[in-house]
Amino acid sequence: MTKEEILKAERDETWREQLRKGKKAKERTDLQRVKMHEQDAEVRSHNNKEVNLGLTLEEAMTEAQRCLDCPNPGCISGCPVEINIPKFIKNIERGEILEAAKTLKETSALPAVCGRVCPQEKQCEQQCVYTMKLGKESVAIGYLERFAADYERESGQMSVPAVAPANGIKIAVIGSGPAGLSFAGDMAKKGYDVTVFEALHQIGGVLKYGIPEFRLPNHIVDVEIENLKSMGVQFLTNCIIGKTISYDDLKEEGFQGIFVGSGAGLPRFMDIPGENLIGVMSSNEYLTRVNLMDAANPASDTPVLIGKNVAIIGGGNTAMDSVRTARRLGAERAMIVYRRSEDEMPARIEEVKHAKEEGVEFMTLHNPIEYIGDEKGHVRQMKLQKMALGEPDASGRRSPVEIPGAIETIDVDEVIVSIGVSPNPLVPENIKGLNISRKGTIIVNEDTMSSAIPGVYAGGDIVRGGATVILAMGDGRKAAASMDEYLHQ
Amino acid sequence: MNKIIRKEYFSENVVALEVEAPLIARSRKPGNFIILRVGELGERIPLTIASADKEKGTITLVIQKIGRSSSKLCELNEGDYITDMVGPLGKPTHIEKVGTVICAGGGVGVAPMLPIAEAYKKAGNRVITVLAARSKDLVILEDKMRSFSDEVVVMTDDGSYGKKGLITNGVEEIINREKVDLVVTIGPAVMMKFVSLLTKKYNVPTVASLNTIMVDGTGMCGACRITVGGKTRFVCVDGPEFDAHEVNFDEMLMRLGAYKEEEQLEKNKPTH
Repeated sequence: MTKEEILKAERDETWREQLRKGKKAKERTDLQRVKMHEQDAEVRSHNNKEVNLGLTLEEAMTEAQRCLDCPNPGCISGCPVEINIPKFIKNIERGEILEAAKTLKETSALPAVCGRVCPQEKQCEQQCVYTMKLGKESVAIGYLERFAADYERESGQMSVPAVAPANGIKIAVIGSGPAGLSFAGDMAKKGYDVTVFEALHQIGGVLKYGIPEFRLPNHIVDVEIENLKSMGVQFLTNCIIGKTISYDDLKEEGFQGIFVGSGAGLPRFMDIPGENLIGVMSSNEYLTRVNLMDAANPASDTPVLIGKNVAIIGGGNTAMDSVRTARRLGAERAMIVYRRSEDEMPARIEEVKHAKEEGVEFMTLHNPIEYIGDEKGHVRQMKLQKMALGEPDASGRRSPVEIPGAIETIDVDEVIVSIGVSPNPLVPENIKGLNISRKGTIIVNEDTMSSAIPGVYAGGDIVRGGATVILAMGDGRKAAASMDEYLHQ
Repeated sequence: MNKIIRKEYFSENVVALEVEAPLIARSRKPGNFIILRVGELGERIPLTIASADKEKGTITLVIQKIGRSSSKLCELNEGDYITDMVGPLGKPTHIEKVGTVICAGGGVGVAPMLPIAEAYKKAGNRVITVLAARSKDLVILEDKMRSFSDEVVVMTDDGSYGKKGLITNGVEEIINREKVDLVVTIGPAVMMKFVSLLTKKYNVPTVASLNTIMVDGTGMCGACRITVGGKTRFVCVDGPEFDAHEVNFDEMLMRLGAYKEEEQLEKNKPTH
């Protein structure tokens, strides 16, 4: 059966039909979209606990009624890992929450993570019939996904996805971030003997070192990793392929397929005077200290500078994570400095909203041109060039233009540069035969994610140069499907 | 987890640890470093590998007690485990036959110099080692360095051993005496700065192995960035060795002080 036929057959099951008949479409569309419970903004800007608190069972079941169980659901095609969204939502509607969680796990290795960090408004929810045709707020697919995953975890009745009989074929995964975990989950389901190699001392990649606790608690990530372990996936930390073990070693040890998901690498800086002063650092460094190394915990050996006036340069999700972290670490003034206007910001709307509620200042149409330090080399001030919006540039966004002479100087004692990263150089440098782009990304066939070396596939930021968790997961899934096909040829 | 199988005190504050790390022992090359962590709340700290034994599957690290993390590491004993260790990291030393090479090592910088001196010697170079320390009891690995060197000059600040004077005095004397083709220097940043200034005056190519602050050490955080030839470079993946004459040592020294105040506060905390 094709994918479409399977979806149709599932939709035609009696229980789905009965649910559809049980309530008129009008009654469903008249319901208002559920609101996410959140920690109070003032309270949460001083703690590290999760901001979004989730839905109640009743709220979730009511929200699930809004879904019309469309015959041609757009939401599924809007999802990079093609979760059967109507099926999981209808399971919530009928109160079979554990079944809903199982549905999520059919295609997603990390549902509790995706329910928290995916930009649903640009994916599944954008393709929802409410958004597309009814001019209403979409079904809260992301909130429901999170609800089902959390419900299952808290129930203590975690289901382990069905795993095909072991085929004895060894597969190596380089990097344990979202791309690698998604790939590993799919390959384990197909019966492969999967080992994930991680350079850091913790498993999870950006989910651990990058995304803060208040947006994605580490224990949530750990549960998903445990789930993969129970499917037979093995993990080896503190091991760098190309350094600790060579590519040739892997081949010699019988690994027949290799997936590279080594993620983001060197942070970009602007190359302006004073950028190497003490107190100026990348968001990767700042977030790694706080998230992975727990530097704000007095018992941790890793230090982190605590700023009073903290400027974050950039307007993406990482910039929002950094500025909200700075607020939580006690910054009196936590500022986003962005050279375009708020309309052009790449960050999720929800992150911007949360940051504003937490007292973050937005200095849009400002661009740093110099940092000024004191006699010990600590940053004390920054010079900002004011900008105006000009014609649209290659990205389609209106490009910022300097306003001549409009320069202001403000006091800062910490600056977090969050203007992007280049791919991690370790794998591209140490595996010969890969096709590397000028930007340092691994070039792959976009349909199969296969690299220039037969049997070696890649996905996530090492291919995209900087994207989202879910796009990385989609790459992992696509790579698993095509590697499986390749190995069975 | 990596087991410590041998511990040796070189001096009161300098400890050598031989650690089980078979994969690293097999793949490391002169100039490589590792990142390790002691305890679940431990910091990731970079240390250059002093030596490795492929057959035994061990590497040796030489550590000077300076701050909280290095002290914790020095307190570990034979049979204890290092929580995490990853490597080998960084680009290995570029070894070739150039003629006469001075290996100028100061303090614990002599330890990572050991495999580099050995490699230059094996490549057919004349190797002259200059070892420097504040006083006699801080001179380390002299005998081992001697076995890879055609000549060893020891300099102490107080004259308690070898010649009295700074490392630069020792290096300058050799440069004035004979043709030197390359100087390799490892040690405290301020020492490397002055060695570099000296050799620049004499136009002798010089390589310095830098030990900056790092967090991940795998090319991700940028904490280790320095300016080389006017460009930002990352010690963890572009280094740790650079053309010393192009390194902005003053900036590096400043950046090394980033957490001095915090470290001072930490030291004054009651220990338990």
